[in-house]
Amino acid sequence: MGVTSAAIAEFATRMGDNCLILGHRDSEWCGHSPALEEDIALANTALDHVGQAQLWLGLACEIEGRGKTADTLAFLRDASGYRNLLLVEQPNGDFGRTIMRQFLFDAWHLPMLKALINSSDKRIAEIAEKASKEVAYHLERSTDLVVRLGDGTRESQARMQTALDFLWPYTGEMFLGDALDDELEAAGIAPAPASLRPAWDQHVGRTLAEATLKAPDKSYAQKGGKRGVHSEHLGFILAEMQFLQRAYPGAKW
Amino acid sequence: MSVATITRPRLSQIRSWLAKIPDPEIPVISLIDLGIIRDVAWRGDTLEVTVTPTYSGCPATGVINLEIERTLIEHGIEKLELKRQLSPAWTTAWISAEGREKLTAYGIAPPQEGTAACAGALKPLNVSCPQCGSVKTERISQFGSTPCKAHYRCTECLEPFDYFKSI
Repeated sequence: MGVTSAAIAEFATRMGDNCLILGHRDSEWCGHSPALEEDIALANTALDHVGQAQLWLGLACEIEGRGKTADTLAFLRDASGYRNLLLVEQPNGDFGRTIMRQFLFDAWHLPMLKALINSSDKRIAEIAEKASKEVAYHLERSTDLVVRLGDGTRESQARMQTALDFLWPYTGEMFLGDALDDELEAAGIAPAPASLRPAWDQHVGRTLAEATLKAPDKSYAQKGGKRGVHSEHLGFILAEMQFLQRAYPGAKW
Repeated sequence: MSVATITRPRLSQIRSWLAKIPDPEIPVISLIDLGIIRDVAWRGDTLEVTVTPTYSGCPATGVINLEIERTLIEHGIEKLELKRQLSPAWTTAWISAEGREKLTAYGIAPPQEGTAACAGALKPLNVSCPQCGSVKTERISQFGSTPCKAHYRCTECLEPFDYFKSI
C-alpha cells in the first residue's frame, strides 16, 4: 500500500479539527440558547463533537508516534496548523445560523462517516462506526429544526434564508479534493470528497424545499481550511480555547 | 518476582465485583448491566479489562475507568490493564434485562428494543411512562440530561421523564 502514515495522520487531523472547532462553536451557546431544551441539545452535540475530536486527533498522534496527545494538538497549534473546513469556524450568528451551519455540516458528516466505516484502515473504520451513531442523531435534529424554522414564522423564515445565503459559499469546500484525498481514495482509506455530493445534494435539497428555503444558485466555493488557510475567525476561537494552556503551560486539573 | 504463585481470582469473581460498580451518572445500573465491559481476561499475571465507551464525549468514561481501577485494586488485583475497544460500537441492545428493569424502577424509560440500528427518534416510538405505565407519551427533545438520554413527557399523568435512547 502506497499511502504514507503521514497522509493518514493528516486525514485524521482534518476530521478531528472539524469536530473540535464545531464542538467549540456549539459550546459557545451553553447557557445562551433560546430554550432550555435547545441549550441541552447544543451542549450534547458539542460534547459528541469534542469526543469525536479526541478520537481522531488521538489517532493522528498515535500514527505520528512522537508522544503528543489530542490535547497537545488542540491547545498548542496555531491557526495555520488547523485543517478544519471554513464552514465550521464561521461565527454562530443567531440561533438560526448556528442550526443552519450544523445542518449543512451534518448532511456531509454522516455520509462521510458511513463511507469511512468501509475504510481499509481499521482504526479509521472503528472511529467512523462509533461516531456515525451519534451523528445520525445530530442530522435528524438539525434537519427537523431547519424545516420548523424555515417553514415557520415570517421572521424565522427570513433568518433561516439569511443564514443559508451567508453559509452557502462555505459548503463547496466539503466536496473539493486535493492530492491527499486522491491518495487516500486510491488506497480505499477515504472516499473522494466529490463522491459525497449526490447524497448531500439530495438530503439538503429535499429539506430546504420542505423548509420553504431557496439555495443560492452561486457555485463559488470559499476554500483553504483543509490546507491551513483560515478566515480571521479561527484565531479568535483559538485565543479563547487555548488561553489557559498558553498562559500556564502544562496546567492540569 | 514469581508470577506463577500469584493467585488469580476467577473471572466470574471479577465480573461479580464489576457488577457492583454503579454507572456514575445513572447509579442504579452497574457497568455490567450497561454492557460496556467487553472482556475480562488474564494475560499472565496481568488482568485485562476491555471497556467500550457509550458516547464518544461522555464525561463518565474517565470516571468509569477510575472506578474499575479502584475496585479491582481494593480486591487485590496488582497488575491491571484497561483497554479501550471502539468496535463493535456500543449499542443499547447490550443493556441487560435486569438493567432495563432497574432503569424503569428508577424512572428512566429503557430503550425501545429493535430500534438500536437507527437514530429514528423522529418516528413515533411507543415509549411507556415509567411513572404510570401509559403509552400516551411525547418527545420533548431527543437530547437530555446526559448524552444517552432523551426528554419525554407523559400526556396522561403529565410527568416529564428521561428516555434512554437507542443507539
